[in-house]
Amino acid sequence: MDKAVITGINGPVITGKGMKDFKMREMVTVGDKKLIGEVIILDDDDGTIQVYEETEGLKIGEPIEPTGKPLSARLGPGLLKNMFDGIERPLEAIQQFDEIYIPEGVGLINLDEEKLWPVEIMVKEGDLLQPGQVFAEVPETELIRTKIMVPPGLSGRVEKINRQDKYKISDNVLTLRTRDGQEIDLSLVQDWPIREPRPSKTRLEPGLPLLTGTRVIDTFFPIAKGGTAAIPGGFGTGKTMTQHQLAKYSDADIIVYIGCGERGNEMTEVIEDFPKLIDPRSGESIMERTVMIANTSNMPVAAREASIYTGITIAEWFRDMGYNVAIMADSTSRWAEALREISGRLEEMPAEEGYPAYLSSRLAEFYERAGNVKTLDGDEASITIIGAVSPPGGDFSEPVTENTKRFVNTFLGLDKDLAYARHYPAINWMSSYTGYLDLLEDWFDENVSDEFIVLRNKMLDLLFQEDKLQEMVMLIGEEALPDDQRWVLTVARLIRNGFLQQNFFDDEDTFVPLEKQFGMLDVIDRIYERGLEGLQKGIPVSQLSNADLNDKIVKMKYTIPNDDLSGLNTLKHEINSYYDDLFEKYK
Amino acid sequence: MRKEYLKIDQINGPLVTLKGVDDVAYGEVVRIEDTSSGDLKTGKVIKLDGDEATVQVFQSTSGLSGQDSVTTFTGDAFEIFESPAVLGRIFNGIGEPVDGGAEIYSDKKYNINGAPINPLSRRYPRNFIQTGISSIDVLMTLIRGQKLPIFSGNGLSHNQLAAQIVKQAQITGEDEDFAIVFCAIGAKHDDEAFFRKAFEDAGVMDHVVMFINHADDPVAERNTAPRCALTTAEYLAFEEGKNVLVVMSDMTSYGEALREISSARDEVPSRKGYPGYLYSDLASLYERAGMIKDHKGSITFLPILTMPNDDITHPIPDLTGFITEGQIVLNRDLELQNVYPPIDILPSLSRLMKDGIGEGYTREDHQDLANQLFSSYSKVIDVRDLAQIMGEDDLNETDKLYLEFGREFEKQFISQDYDEDRSIIESLDLGWKLLDILPETELDRLSPQLIEKYLPSKRHADK
Repeated sequence: MDKAVITGINGPVITGKGMKDFKMREMVTVGDKKLIGEVIILDDDDGTIQVYEETEGLKIGEPIEPTGKPLSARLGPGLLKNMFDGIERPLEAIQQFDEIYIPEGVGLINLDEEKLWPVEIMVKEGDLLQPGQVFAEVPETELIRTKIMVPPGLSGRVEKINRQDKYKISDNVLTLRTRDGQEIDLSLVQDWPIREPRPSKTRLEPGLPLLTGTRVIDTFFPIAKGGTAAIPGGFGTGKTMTQHQLAKYSDADIIVYIGCGERGNEMTEVIEDFPKLIDPRSGESIMERTVMIANTSNMPVAAREASIYTGITIAEWFRDMGYNVAIMADSTSRWAEALREISGRLEEMPAEEGYPAYLSSRLAEFYERAGNVKTLDGDEASITIIGAVSPPGGDFSEPVTENTKRFVNTFLGLDKDLAYARHYPAINWMSSYTGYLDLLEDWFDENVSDEFIVLRNKMLDLLFQEDKLQEMVMLIGEEALPDDQRWVLTVARLIRNGFLQQNFFDDEDTFVPLEKQFGMLDVIDRIYERGLEGLQKGIPVSQLSNADLNDKIVKMKYTIPNDDLSGLNTLKHEINSYYDDLFEKYK
Repeated sequence: MRKEYLKIDQINGPLVTLKGVDDVAYGEVVRIEDTSSGDLKTGKVIKLDGDEATVQVFQSTSGLSGQDSVTTFTGDAFEIFESPAVLGRIFNGIGEPVDGGAEIYSDKKYNINGAPINPLSRRYPRNFIQTGISSIDVLMTLIRGQKLPIFSGNGLSHNQLAAQIVKQAQITGEDEDFAIVFCAIGAKHDDEAFFRKAFEDAGVMDHVVMFINHADDPVAERNTAPRCALTTAEYLAFEEGKNVLVVMSDMTSYGEALREISSARDEVPSRKGYPGYLYSDLASLYERAGMIKDHKGSITFLPILTMPNDDITHPIPDLTGFITEGQIVLNRDLELQNVYPPIDILPSLSRLMKDGIGEGYTREDHQDLANQLFSSYSKVIDVRDLAQIMGEDDLNETDKLYLEFGREFEKQFISQDYDEDRSIIESLDLGWKLLDILPETELDRLSPQLIEKYLPSKRHADK
């Protein structure tokens, strides 16, 4: 067999010959430095490879070597609390090659092969194991027990168990004898090709909300566990801020955070801040349940393309253990741009704005890997995908936003004007929507109140009315409107300032339980209803709107603690007595 | 002895193609001697296909012919020498001295492309830099190690603003461990002269390294000038331990040069003819700013870019805003009203300020005060729109106060003199004084405690 050699170099795209025996999507090493690449086109003896590292210094004629396997993620203990690049190389291990920078030619490293893990074996010799069945558990962090499963597609009887005090990830744990008599050694790790979804038994309809502690999301535009959401917004509107907030406080068991083509300092911030933050539910550091992938904007573009798949594969692995996983991809636009860049180098025919024609199918493939499922082992588990989108010029009609909209059910549109006025989170309630309300209605009825959805719709309607009235106000001024419309404007302002606006830097306000969210809306509803009563009695709106009372409502997010909601009732009493007194005067 | 090639097969703008080459590395430096004139040109291999190499030439290719030339592939990546002696020197876009001084000799040589900083090795920037400019210090605080571009338009006073920041930023304070790297990309001779004079006036010339590519210099050098400048900045910051401020003007020229080369290469264009990799390419520059764990120095990066047609959604400002940690946006209307610096505060932003201000850094009220000023000023803009339609007289009392607040805010807070250096405390107090124009019930971003403590009318009432 001829040795495969490089015949052309154009940025991250390499062409080679002598590649007849290579496989499509096979992982290869390129050149004397052994850069990591993946075969993306095969044409008889010729092949095209995308390389995940800087290609400067490569020469024509240098060797290309096959590895015999597709680009895969290595799945096992050691993922949590760790940060990886786009092809799952731990950034901490890379520091041993260079203290400051990421050099090329580090080779394929991933999970720590030397670390010893305590393992609890859940099966005994002679047991019949099914694909996906858990046979051992590793207490990986304070919070998470990593379950070790039989790889999909494999089953058999436990022939032998290898008992050790502690195990390295590649140590043999047990030997399986399959029906056709093959003996297969299982360790703590398995490799899985990143571009192929891991199988599950069946898909289930989502029925639980992913609670985030962010009011505008939980109450107005909830995301279901196993659902998909997109957060598009121009620069400076707070995409990353919102993503960080969700990574910190959403009630998923596992968070996979992908920094895809974004700022280096944002990842540094995550590394510095997350370990200090305590999860309000478990009382442990949120780092204990987090896996991070960082392929910043200046890291090689092909690895940026791979980072999304690496992330979702890791998420699927945790899902298969029965966990609810949430994956934040910031930003999917950078991933789409990586596709475009590579497509351009391949001289493919461009579709809209230079993006390849397969943009929408790739986006669909990605978002479809989310879902609420019954795992191979019979548990209910889910993956929720929350993708940030960075539309050029904040224009939502561009191809990535448009195509993403087709595949997600919750759309949280960020708005420049809100961000300019420092109304955060700058999620625009007019352009956002959620498709999960019907599925989640039962849950809200049972767990919050059967008034919840009714109240949510009523408040959203007030905001819609306000939006229409604003156009009027711009022409004739607020004073010229009839009193009932002015009252709508007053209450809508309370909803905006008192409820929608949330201060992520405030200890009390950064995470708000659903119960308080409902209580807050209830207070606003009380003032709205009492005001309507007053209007019917002919009381002018200037009397109905009391600056002190309004101020108390706007500040209730700070003054009423999350763990003692009695203040909400006191506030309702105050509202009642204010209006009772007022009505008395006008009798 | 390296092989010499006596024939160039194709010359197309800044790109030349040679056939029949071997042992050429992707990205290596190429020397081309024009034997008819004796000129020596430099270039870089940007594509290899079989025995065919495409070279991007940094100087002008006019006069070059396919026959009368000798091309050598040097086998080296594009590297420049660094030593402490670079301070006070002036170089061209490919790092050659143009001030008549000697070449830099050193045993330290660096690839100008740099390498991505490992996010784990970064130190998150948290130190506030006082620029003495109220709007920046209070509303879009500059942090040491930040990349904060100035989005400007043609003819606006961005140069003055950058010079004032250089002059007043306490980065140039008492300690000697600072350096300024100035990089002109396709800049006018006037601009360069302006900055040179500004540095001289500030008495910092000994700490400045300049990389100059003039508007009439070769386009391809615009690609290397910022890389040479940032390589020097990295050396000064992370090896010499200095706090480095990099000022770069104009990033729009850089983007246009990139587009020119891309179109010469027949690449598939994306928005407005810019190449699809514009984002990655810009990121490879901007992301070189920052601080490193266990290292002393820092790179603070102030790129200036002129928005074509003042359009912030143009690809260059747009992609820049997605990479940098905020932006300072200048506004033509303010400039026309003689407001200097004409900073449009609403679209301006510093992403790092949240961690570098407040108690222990500036003052406890800083964040809330900034939010209140932003929110009140955005209301001013709404009221102005309303006043346009209804006339000012028909506005209600509160709205009239907003108009007054807006006027005074622009006059007293945003405006200041070119050599006026305000302390952060002065600036914060000024913010409070202006908010006092508004009724207290309008101050919904401030807690009662802060209002009690800082609002002038309250403080006096208590006494």
